[in-house]
Amino acid sequence: MSELRDLYQEVILDHVKRPRNSGALAGASHRADGDNPLCGDKVTIFLSIEDGRIADVRFQGRGCAISLASASLMTEAIKGKTEAEVRAMFECFHTGLTARDEEDAANALADLDKLAVFGGVREFPVRVKCATLPWHTLVAALDRATQPVKTE
Amino acid sequence: MSALQTVTASRSLDVARIRADFPILSRRVHGKRLVFLDSAASAQKPQAVIDAERHFYEAEYANVHRGVYWLSQRATDAYEAAREKVRRLLNARETREIVFVRGATEAINLVAQSYGRTFLSAGDEVLITHMEHHANIVPWQMLRDEKGIVLKVAPIDDAGELDLDAFARLIGPRTKLIAVTHVANALGTVLPVEAVTRLAKTYGIPVLIDGCQAVPHQAVDVQALDCDFYVFSGHKLYGPTGIGVLYGKAALLAAMPPWQGGGDMIRSVTFEKTEYNELPWKFEAGTPHFAGAVGLGAAIAYVQSIGYDAIATHESELLAYAMRELSKINSLRIIGQPRRRSGVVSFDLGGVHPHDIGTILDHDGICVRAGHHCAQPTMDRFGVAATVRASFAIYNDRDDVDALVAGLSTVREVFRL
Repeated sequence: MSELRDLYQEVILDHVKRPRNSGALAGASHRADGDNPLCGDKVTIFLSIEDGRIADVRFQGRGCAISLASASLMTEAIKGKTEAEVRAMFECFHTGLTARDEEDAANALADLDKLAVFGGVREFPVRVKCATLPWHTLVAALDRATQPVKTE
Repeated sequence: MSALQTVTASRSLDVARIRADFPILSRRVHGKRLVFLDSAASAQKPQAVIDAERHFYEAEYANVHRGVYWLSQRATDAYEAAREKVRRLLNARETREIVFVRGATEAINLVAQSYGRTFLSAGDEVLITHMEHHANIVPWQMLRDEKGIVLKVAPIDDAGELDLDAFARLIGPRTKLIAVTHVANALGTVLPVEAVTRLAKTYGIPVLIDGCQAVPHQAVDVQALDCDFYVFSGHKLYGPTGIGVLYGKAALLAAMPPWQGGGDMIRSVTFEKTEYNELPWKFEAGTPHFAGAVGLGAAIAYVQSIGYDAIATHESELLAYAMRELSKINSLRIIGQPRRRSGVVSFDLGGVHPHDIGTILDHDGICVRAGHHCAQPTMDRFGVAATVRASFAIYNDRDDVDALVAGLSTVREVFRL
């Protein structure tokens, strides 16, 4: 049970129950869809970037607790950050969930504040892609900076 | 054997002894007893199958249908003996009606590509049901995109039953093939395939039945069913992976062109003209997976040594017990309530995503399938993206069900349901 509690921490369950920044973002400057076809997890990330910083971010999606909580916590963590900072955060997040060495993983997560609650995912390798899906989608949104989101 | 004796014999199915036949069941997962409830995806292998394949490689192996030497003849005999075992399993009229393929998926693709491309043309219809595995959907869509055929889908009701009246109404003058599953892999519904073939026969329409989820649980008689094609995968019947069966009526198979070309499927080859081999080898291009066929033969012998009556009694009792125990769990919703169910139960637990449930159960050594079960249209029909599916086989017992129920209470605890 303790390993399961490490995975499904209170913070994670709270974000599943009450997702932050959920829903479409009107006037988003960037947007990308992501999915894990094997799981059926789907997420859409909306960004509004002003003066090189993430002014606003929202997400829509369906999926497991890990992917939903990851999306929700990510939106909180990246607001106000520059693109370079956000990419560096994902680098740390990814290392924290996948590094073979436990200390490397812990060090990588240490600077990520709340996001460190995903440290338990490292013990469940098949779930890593659930936690990283929102981040991969975020990076895809940033990479498509030149393609503005069409307004419907 | 009298009916009374049959019942007595069935009741005496010794699960403990059967479990001992499956080496993997004695291993521990995360320090816990392995509770394997995913046999509908692939069944575990009894020692007899492992030994048969191993013995074949150790003592009888050489390529088949080629060598004039003794060893090649031994291998060929073993391969063809396996084919005869399959014929008896399905009660096919002739051994040449049994084609070895990689699995049910390949069998359906073979029928779509050989029969479909030859005998169906633009506007012709293939009728399937709403609860097919992707393997009985996609090959027909590929044929649709290539030939312009029309794919018709018979609806199912909220219980997960085929709407037979609607099915009958969908049969029209352009219906050229009916392809239905025998048992639905995501819901466990046993389809009225007898009624389907009867109906089809009145219009003279060939019927293909996907028997993947039926063959492990019940006796199948293709002559009594009067179906034209019947397919199944060996690995779901306690046999090796990579071997499966296409049964086809000889007249149909004979009229169909080969699907793949190469060695073994020919009688003579010149650069001008190739004469094809007879049935069933016409459809077995290249070196077949004959070691797998030998393993499948051993699996069939194993299943028959237990007997389908005993298997059916044991599994239906266990399934009833599982349904009863699962129904007691608050916020658990069983997907589909068919009158006749076989092998599987799919459910939702308080909206918790099946992958979270799968992870928590795995922690207790419990293997279940969490996802769409390669049946996304079925999932869509019931308004879910995915379900948890527990499936049962001859080696499962009440302890497995109890472990599942206990594991689900851990899920409820973690998610505060």
